Amino acid sequence: MQSCTHLIVGASHAGLTALSAIRMNEPDAAIVMATREDHLPYSPTVLPYVVSGRSDPAKVTLRSESFFDENKVSYLRKATLLALDTGANTAHFPDGRSIRYEKLLLATGASPNIPPIPGLKDVPFHVLRTMDDALGLKKAMVKGKRALVLGAGLIGTHAAENMAEAGMKVTIVEARGQVLPGYFDHQASGIIETAFKAHGIELVFGRAVKEIKSGQALLENGDAIPFDLLLVATGVRPDLSYLQGSGVKSDGGILVDELQRTNISNVWAAGDCARARLFQSEATGIAGILPIAVEQGRIVGQAMTDDAGVRNFPGSVSLNTYTFFGQQAISVGAGEAPESETSLCVDEDRNTYLKIVIKDGRLMGAAAVNQALDPGILWQLVLRRTDLSEVREAFLADPKTISRMLMSRIWR
Amino acid sequence: MSAYNSLTYNASLCVGCTECMKACALAKTGDATNLDQSRIKIVPAQEPEKFEAAICRQCGDAKCVMNCPSGALTKNGANGVIDWNADTCVNCLLCTVGCVYGGITYEASVGHVAKCDTCGGDPACVKVCKSGALGYVTTASIYNDYGDKEDMFVPGLAACQGCNSELMIRHVMRKLGRNVVVAAPPGCIPGMGTVGYNGKAGAKIPIFHPLLTNTASMLSGIKRTFERQGRDVTALALAGDGGTSDVGFQSLSGAAERGERILFICFDNEGYMNTGMQASGATSFGSWTSTTPVGDKLHGKSTDAKNLPMVMMMHNAAYVATASSVFMEDFYQKLDKAVEASKHGFAYLHLYAPCPSGWRFPAGLTIDICRLMVESNFVTLWDYTPGGGLEFTHPVDTPKPLDSYLKAIGKYRHLANEQVDRIKKLLEDRLSMLKRFQKA
Repeated sequence: MQSCTHLIVGASHAGLTALSAIRMNEPDAAIVMATREDHLPYSPTVLPYVVSGRSDPAKVTLRSESFFDENKVSYLRKATLLALDTGANTAHFPDGRSIRYEKLLLATGASPNIPPIPGLKDVPFHVLRTMDDALGLKKAMVKGKRALVLGAGLIGTHAAENMAEAGMKVTIVEARGQVLPGYFDHQASGIIETAFKAHGIELVFGRAVKEIKSGQALLENGDAIPFDLLLVATGVRPDLSYLQGSGVKSDGGILVDELQRTNISNVWAAGDCARARLFQSEATGIAGILPIAVEQGRIVGQAMTDDAGVRNFPGSVSLNTYTFFGQQAISVGAGEAPESETSLCVDEDRNTYLKIVIKDGRLMGAAAVNQALDPGILWQLVLRRTDLSEVREAFLADPKTISRMLMSRIWR
Repeated sequence: MSAYNSLTYNASLCVGCTECMKACALAKTGDATNLDQSRIKIVPAQEPEKFEAAICRQCGDAKCVMNCPSGALTKNGANGVIDWNADTCVNCLLCTVGCVYGGITYEASVGHVAKCDTCGGDPACVKVCKSGALGYVTTASIYNDYGDKEDMFVPGLAACQGCNSELMIRHVMRKLGRNVVVAAPPGCIPGMGTVGYNGKAGAKIPIFHPLLTNTASMLSGIKRTFERQGRDVTALALAGDGGTSDVGFQSLSGAAERGERILFICFDNEGYMNTGMQASGATSFGSWTSTTPVGDKLHGKSTDAKNLPMVMMMHNAAYVATASSVFMEDFYQKLDKAVEASKHGFAYLHLYAPCPSGWRFPAGLTIDICRLMVESNFVTLWDYTPGGGLEFTHPVDTPKPLDSYLKAIGKYRHLANEQVDRIKKLLEDRLSMLKRFQKA
């Protein structure tokens, strides 16, 4: 049986960042990185750009073959984790392959969430989570044909834009009342929706799909939407079937402590499969975003190598950047909070939107459309709970300049 | 692993003229008026007339790179710059989420993210900065050049924590290599074990332990013997300030007068620190030492320090220089010149070596004290050749307050105002005297 010091399951941002952190501390430890994919590492975030043709699938790999050779890492393809024996520190993969580890990182990401809509299973449909999904969708896009997208989250809106730009007639159905719910409020998403409509994309809000029949979707109100291509983009969730019988605790995501360690002392979890603390709430949750996967991956890599410099995960902050039809939207932190004050600045002529939420002199969140901000600095201001009361007015008037000033004086 | 050159920004010097931003916008877009296009952003501070800056730090473990989903951002192993690839960037802006410094930003007028690329190692912003707030530190090349060279001393020399002399003898010998004979007269340098201990060698090169009195004369003899044998070997003394300015002065003066072809390096820690912190001729006025105590009558050393580098200049030596370990490029240049000069005449290097144990400051502050010493004009960095005259190699036109230097060091803690005034006067006099030797 193959054995190693560090076994990393998953080869996207969480796993790769952990790998770098491990190698920085332990140049020679035996590391195995296993992925369900038959590709070199890539990011799910880049897939809409593969669909649109902006990205060449051959050029989006995050690490080359030689990287793994140079770093003495054994990179296993087509290795879907099947089961875990935490008593024997052994992970089981297809074809009877098993690997014994000293320390294990589960960074297995998430898979598309397929809603239980009657008839959906009986028709061909697309999802967009893997490179093969992206290549399949790209191939299926045909000019003039009708596309139906279920879900107006990041993947759904991105793909809808791609398909519209490719000349398809696109309809998005979203059960909630707006695009990108959870990241932007109605007013901000209104700007995004205007751009979608201007590009001929039809938006159907507030109505769920009741049934899928061959070539058409039936809504609750009886409307029927015909389609040639169906994309299901109703969110993702981690597939944790491999945890069965392992003793690793989960609740929709793998439960972890402040150093991303599970209830089993030599098993960690990070990224879209981990349920970690949230910064702006008492609860835990799956962040499901790339920058948080990077944060958590780094913490795990340090924790797995007993790095004295490791610091507790402060909790996920909601972060999002979204570009659509050449425009930009950014959100950091909470869009609303009890007993907070909200500053709103909308310029319809310039098509800009800026919202800042402050509570007790501290930044809770900010959202902007077509307005340049440094989200990384704002994220730090939220995490540090920086007192803005002295610069409050100036900050609300020009958050970009004032946040740069605060950065330079506080953590330069 | 290489060390890299880096852009530096000193907010206390910035006057907010935005010349750097104009130069950057011009260099990157051809349009100096669109300051949004500058990759360095100077912003007003909270205090009037003060400024702050946002710019890419070219991080070693860069979050922007880790956050990039398309592989468009990479750390360049050769020059340390975070490279941005327009061809693979998808404009997702996730890099701007990762960067906590505002170093990579999106500007609508450019249509993509933009960041500093240090203009290929010749940053346009630094060239136009008149206040001195922006700098481009190229010291990294020293570590790349010498880092892999062999350390000629054993590990575990028993110098005090924070000892500048140990650091500097290792630098000197990395550069000089093996073709050398070293004299290390009594003092901290042999005391820490360089000449051997417990029957073991302390160095990988021929090193001997002369008396305090005859360092320069023994070295002269050895050099002459090698010359007779037709061998070109550098004869080097690594001596303390006692072995240079007091006990060793007679033989030193004689060797310089005769133009012996040796290189004499004095590590000036202002006293006999190895034997219990007694005062030497190089101890500065007012210093507490174990032989110049502070009490009712005495208030530290009552006489001024001899200025040995000036004395050696008066010997018509082939090369004389003062140096500090905070300006390593300057130090290495002087070491090169000194080795070259020692092939045909007497070369003297005077290295300032603040001593945490004897001067009473925290061991972690040695380099800060070295810097403050130069920046307050307590010492002056210069070099001298008989033909070329004296040149200041790091002139300090607006020195930091002398008090900031004196107050940082325990041996001056007791100083009365009159004593500080005397030191100020002495420093002024010495500087104007040095200026009279400056080459026209």
